[in-house]
Amino acid sequence: MALCLAALASPAQGAKPASPAAPSPPAHDYSKDEVHVLPVQGNIFMLVGAGGNITVQAGDQGVLLVDTGVAPMSEKVLAAIRSISTRPLRYIINTHVHADHTGGNATIAKAGMTIAGGNVVGDIGASASNQAAVIAYQSVLDRMSAPTSGGERATAQDSWPTETFTTPERHIFFNGEGVQMIHVPAAHTDGDTLVFFRRSDVISTGDLFVTTSYPIVDLSRGGNIQGVLAGLNKIIDLAIPAELQEGGTLIIPGHGRLCDVADVVFYQEMVTIVRDRVQDLINKHQTLEQVKAARPTLDYDPRYGATSGFWTTDKFVEAVYKSLSEKH
Amino acid sequence: MRSVTGVSLAAACITLLAALAASPAAHAQIDPAGNWTPRFDEDANERIPGGEIGDYLGYPLNDAGRARSDAWDAALMELPENQCRSHGSDYGWRAPSLVRIWTDIDRETQQVIAYHTHMSAYGAEQTIWMDGRPHPPEYARHTWAGFATGAWDGDSLVITTTHLKENWLGLTGLPRSDQATARVHLMRHGNYLTVAVIIYDPVYFSEPFIRTVDFIYNAQQQMAPWPCESVDEVDRPPGVVPHHLPGTNAFLNEFPAKYGIPPQATRDGALTMYPEYVLRLKTLPKLPRPVKPAPAAPR
Repeated sequence: MALCLAALASPAQGAKPASPAAPSPPAHDYSKDEVHVLPVQGNIFMLVGAGGNITVQAGDQGVLLVDTGVAPMSEKVLAAIRSISTRPLRYIINTHVHADHTGGNATIAKAGMTIAGGNVVGDIGASASNQAAVIAYQSVLDRMSAPTSGGERATAQDSWPTETFTTPERHIFFNGEGVQMIHVPAAHTDGDTLVFFRRSDVISTGDLFVTTSYPIVDLSRGGNIQGVLAGLNKIIDLAIPAELQEGGTLIIPGHGRLCDVADVVFYQEMVTIVRDRVQDLINKHQTLEQVKAARPTLDYDPRYGATSGFWTTDKFVEAVYKSLSEKH
Repeated sequence: MRSVTGVSLAAACITLLAALAASPAAHAQIDPAGNWTPRFDEDANERIPGGEIGDYLGYPLNDAGRARSDAWDAALMELPENQCRSHGSDYGWRAPSLVRIWTDIDRETQQVIAYHTHMSAYGAEQTIWMDGRPHPPEYARHTWAGFATGAWDGDSLVITTTHLKENWLGLTGLPRSDQATARVHLMRHGNYLTVAVIIYDPVYFSEPFIRTVDFIYNAQQQMAPWPCESVDEVDRPPGVVPHHLPGTNAFLNEFPAKYGIPPQATRDGALTMYPEYVLRLKTLPKLPRPVKPAPAAPR
C-alpha cells in the first residue's frame, strides 16, 4: 500500500526519456478469436488466444492475473476468468511493457477491486479501491507513462501499473501461496518480471521464454540477449522437474504451449549456441552483414525462424549482434 | 419323424453365426499385450553402443538437421538437466530395452480403453488411448511419450503420437523436433512382434523416416527399475552449453575415413535411403583410410 501511495503521489523517479509507443501487434481481426482455458496445476490456469498468454491464479481470496493480453480481447478474457472463478479480481502483475501483455489492463483492472480501508480511502479517494492493483517493475510504468513527441503519454493512464517495485524481487502471499516476482534486468526489455507461484509450482515467464519464435530482444527498450540468457538460466534454476526430467514445475511462456523445464532447457541451449556463434564471428571482426550471411541460426530456422512478420530471423541475429557488440 | 441330426446341425449353425455377429471385429485384432525382448541383428552396433559421430547414412536429414547434428557434442549429456532425459516414445522401441504391454479394459463392455507400454530403458511409459478421444490442442504440454491414440488396421495396431518433446533419432545427436508426429505399427505374428516406426518431422526431415525392430515374446521376462538422479559430473560454469562451432567438428570425417565411404555420402540425406544411391556412391571421392599404428616392437 505504501508503494501504491508513492506511485500515485509523486512522479516516477528517474523517468525514462520519451520512447516510441510499445510495439503494436500486427493488424488483426479479433472478432473471430476465442480465449481458451487450460488448467495447469494447483491454483493456476492458462488463457490462450488473447495475444500473450495470461496466467490466472484463482482461490478463496480472489483472482490474480499475470498479464492481460491485447485490448480488443478484454471482454472475452473477462468471460474466461469468470468461467474459472466468480471471486473478485484483486491483482494484475505485468511481466513487461508490451501491448500484447498489457493492452487489457484498463478494462480488466476496472473489473476488479482492491481491498482498502481506513485513512487510505479518505486520502486518495474511494476510486482507489474500485479496480484491481496492477503491479510491475518500475520501468514498465516509466515507459507506459512517458510523454511522446505529440505531448500525449505513451499509453492511457488507466492502463498504467498502480504499484511498482525497483528491488530485485517483490513478494505477496495470495490464495495460500507465495507469489514471487523476480526482476530480470536488460533481457526481453528492461522491465521483465518472472512470476513464481510457489505452492502451485508454476512459473509465468512473460516473453523471456516463448515457444513460437526466436527470443524477441527489444533493444530500444533496454533488452539484451545476455539478459535473456540470464532469465532462461534463472528459470532453469528455479524449476524442479519430476522424474525423467519432465513435469514438476510447469512453465507458462509468453507465447506458445504450456511447458516444463526440459522445454526451457532446449530453448536455452539454442539461444546459447546462437549467441556463442555470433560472438565467435564478432571476435573475428565480422560485420553484421557478414554475420547474417554466415547463417548462425541455420539449424534452428525451420523451427523458430521467420522471413516476414514482426520478428524475423534477420532481426533476431541483428539483436544478438548488437547486444554483444553494444552497438545499438 | 424329423431328422435329429439335421435339426441339431441347423441349431449349431445358428448359434455360431450369432456368436460371430456379436463380436464382428475381435477376430481381426491380434493383442500385442505381453512381455517382449528385443532382437538385435545388423543394427546391434547402432542401437546398443550407438552409431558413430557423423554417420548420417540412411537418414532423410535436411540442411538444418545436418547442421544441428554437426554441432552436437557428447558432453551435452553431462549437463545435469540432460542426464535423466528419456527416450522419446518413437525412439524407445530401438533402445536395448525390454518392453511390457498391457491393457486397461472397461469392466462393463470388456472393450479395451487403452494399451500401455513400459520400457526398461528410462522406465519410459506410454498410454495409447483406444476410446476415440481427440488429441489435445496445440497449446497443451508436450512429453517424452507424447499423446497417443490407437486404431486397428486389420491385425496391426496403429499408434498415432503427437505432442512429443524434442528428442533424438540416434545416440549421436541426430535431432527430431517437437513438431514431429510418429506412426507406429505393432504387428504380432505368434510369439514375434514387429514394430515399424514412421516419423514425420517437418523441421529436420525432407521426407518420412521408417525403421523396424523385432521382439520375441518372453513369459519369464523380469524388468529392473530405472531410478535416475542428476548430479554435477563436471565442474563447469553455469549456463555453458557444449557444442561445436560451425566448421570446427574434427570428428565428422572419422566415420567415412574408417569405413572407406565418401564423406559426401554422409551429407546426401534422403538419397542415401534408397538402393539406387550405390550408383552415385561409386562416383564420389573417398578419404584416405586412417593408418593403423605399427605394433609395438617385442621386448
